[in-house]
Amino acid sequence: MTATKKDPVLVILQLTGANDYLNTIIPYTNGHYHDNRPKVGIPQDKVLPIDDELAFNPNMAPFKQMYDDGKVAIIHGIGFENSPRSHFRAMDIWHTCEPDVVGTEGWVAKLVRDLDPQGENVLKCVNFGQGLPRALALRGVPITSVSNLESYGLMSSVPGVASEQDRTRLMDRFARMYAPAIGTGATMDYLGQTGRDALKGADIIKSAPEKYSSTVEYGDNAIAKYLRDVARVHLADLGTQVFYTSHAPYDTHFNQTPMHTRLWTEVSAAISDFFDDLHEHDAGDNVVMMIFTEFGRRVRDNGTGTDHGAGGGAFIIGDQVKGGMYGSYPSLKPEDLNQGDLDPSYDFRGFYSSVIDQWLGLDPVPIVGGKFEQIQFV
Amino acid sequence: MPDKEQIALMGHLMRRAGFGAARQELEERATKSYEATVEELLHPEEKPPIDEDILYRYMPGYEGALGPPINQAEWVYRMVNTERPLEEKLALFWHQLFATGNSKVDNPPEITQQIAMFRRQAFGDFRDLLVELAKNPAMIYWLDNNGNHNGAINENWGRELLELFSMGVGNYSEDDIKDASRAFTGWTIEPKIPRNPLGRFYWNFEYRPEDHDDGEKSFLGHEGRFNGEDIIDIVVKQPATARFLARHLYNFFVADEPQVPSWNINPPNDPDAIDQLVAAYDESDGNLRAMLRVLFNSDFFKNARFAHVKSPAELVVSTVRLAGNFEGPRPGFNSLAFECNYQGQELLNPPSVESWHTGGEWIDGGALVRRVNFAAGLMGDISLPGVKTIISDLKHRGATSPQEFVDGCLDLVGPLDFSEATKSELLDQATEDGGLNWESEAESEKSKQKIGVMLALIGASRDFQFA
Repeated sequence: MTATKKDPVLVILQLTGANDYLNTIIPYTNGHYHDNRPKVGIPQDKVLPIDDELAFNPNMAPFKQMYDDGKVAIIHGIGFENSPRSHFRAMDIWHTCEPDVVGTEGWVAKLVRDLDPQGENVLKCVNFGQGLPRALALRGVPITSVSNLESYGLMSSVPGVASEQDRTRLMDRFARMYAPAIGTGATMDYLGQTGRDALKGADIIKSAPEKYSSTVEYGDNAIAKYLRDVARVHLADLGTQVFYTSHAPYDTHFNQTPMHTRLWTEVSAAISDFFDDLHEHDAGDNVVMMIFTEFGRRVRDNGTGTDHGAGGGAFIIGDQVKGGMYGSYPSLKPEDLNQGDLDPSYDFRGFYSSVIDQWLGLDPVPIVGGKFEQIQFV
Repeated sequence: MPDKEQIALMGHLMRRAGFGAARQELEERATKSYEATVEELLHPEEKPPIDEDILYRYMPGYEGALGPPINQAEWVYRMVNTERPLEEKLALFWHQLFATGNSKVDNPPEITQQIAMFRRQAFGDFRDLLVELAKNPAMIYWLDNNGNHNGAINENWGRELLELFSMGVGNYSEDDIKDASRAFTGWTIEPKIPRNPLGRFYWNFEYRPEDHDDGEKSFLGHEGRFNGEDIIDIVVKQPATARFLARHLYNFFVADEPQVPSWNINPPNDPDAIDQLVAAYDESDGNLRAMLRVLFNSDFFKNARFAHVKSPAELVVSTVRLAGNFEGPRPGFNSLAFECNYQGQELLNPPSVESWHTGGEWIDGGALVRRVNFAAGLMGDISLPGVKTIISDLKHRGATSPQEFVDGCLDLVGPLDFSEATKSELLDQATEDGGLNWESEAESEKSKQKIGVMLALIGASRDFQFA
């Protein structure tokens, strides 16, 4: 648990499209790496070394600074057995912890239910982005999903409704139209609950942009904007304990180098700015951020990019995190590869369990569907 | 004069096979007969296409639009104003199935060209559509077939052709993917002409025999020196393909199914309906018009009223068609394109090749707020032509009592089949408002305002989320 009395807060950042781990945490002195990456390999003199074997991607300087400050845990070799090479399926597995059947219940939504069993705070979990990832899907668990923090509200522009009295009447009617109704079907029930929760959430979250001020200047890109939104809602102190957002597209089959460069330049700076913002407001010590992607990419490049692989890496960042490296970097020796891909050595459900147990103080077993080896990162 | 059920059925057809139709059009179509309307929808060539001369004269930026939201706005314009509603609806269907995104293609005119190809192929054979898709430059780039070389395959297109575009997971092996990918080596894009100084040129498909792997291949139990078209010929004869396509058509046009990735595990909601569509596929050698004819004339379709959650594009387009304020070229289509985006469907830029999750998964807190605000805002605006028509129809019918008021609104907007719970809330609203009164100018004005609020509530309701 945290050292402060404040509730622990978890920020989840999804790198959508399968981030190339080999070019993120680079085994820069390993001959196999350079042999397999004639086209998209990163030269030894460009990388940002961590030790004699591994280095950060050259575009991760702000990220490396956080690592050097002891605030970043790197988890090597994360994945699962028989990792499918399909984005959809792999992402579903990460979202539902169901590697064998198609799951519909999101692991994050399950932990949100444990944090707030009665669903009393509809802002317990806030997603920033378009649409809700499956990790947040679970009937009965309210999740507020915001695409634009500035314009969030309900029935705000009906022309004939001018007076406050008329508006209140309309809102009351809306609430009753979305009241529980028996026998109308699952989707109607779901719509009813979502409508009632949205009504409640919209009223509360309005205050976040009004209260916020900061000297931190975020970059002009989607992930910077969303992490700034996370900071604004966190700083408004609305009881939100889980934030979710994503960054894309990491699916670098082709012309990888410029794309991957841009993505990591954006995301490294955005994360660093985000924590600076929290620290400026003395609100960073109860926040950790976890970063994951659906799988790593193939060891050998395909000319200008990399195809779908298996086994990647994940990160946990925060003041309370014991920085450093966890697990061992998967072997690149040809005989150790599985169909040309890294063999994952650490089950992602152990990673989730560590966060659920050690950071949020919840029982991870029912959430991830079993007992998995944890890393001691707090 | 058609009866109420005939009009309701026609409303259902036009919501699903198009983007909804106003009351007068429904009455005219129902008078001609349901089957005649189905045939008319299936033969768009009998109706004029969008007049591009007029469109591009008023909106010059639309022609070869270079990026969002204008490229999306151009498509929304077509959805709102088309006289070939099913053709446009099918373009949306194929876009959702063969999801190609500008996030990577980074060439909006090419994706617009792909949508135009969907219109051309919408009623032909599935085989020809897949061949055109395999040759489509945006798709080649999107799934990296330009990086798929003899001796160095890139299996992105080969995999998705089987997994997402034809057969579905569980019907082929990893080896099938590899050999399918080999068969499509050499299918690429002509060298691009630099943008400067003359601007953008369209990409063109090119087949390069020297980069094609002409060796023996083994694919789904067939052996041979297959090229790409041979692979597609084998694919379209697979029972799994007929079934997969049938289920997609059912999910889009009839009633929401579970999400696509679970299809190899969860059976269809209505296996008999899928069987009928599969039979139509088999009998017609995979002809899309034949499958759609069976679909729209079937009982399973006619009975599936309001069993489908509107996609953002369906909600936005059908609502502006009802409000009637976007007929012909005018500014504002950009905001409609943004609206689809904010509701969770950024046209021409799906989140990934796996496309959007549909049905109930269109709905989450953020999306519902946008949907409610958008529909209530338009339907509650009594200055808009479609809303004015509803008001004058209600007046013409002499609707005065609260019950007549509510029933009249639901009838003229749909006819809509709302739950008893919602209807009773609407009736409470009408009763508190004291019904309608057309006896004086002042009373008529008040009645119009009441209708505006009633229509806004209808648009804000959860029942309105269904088509």
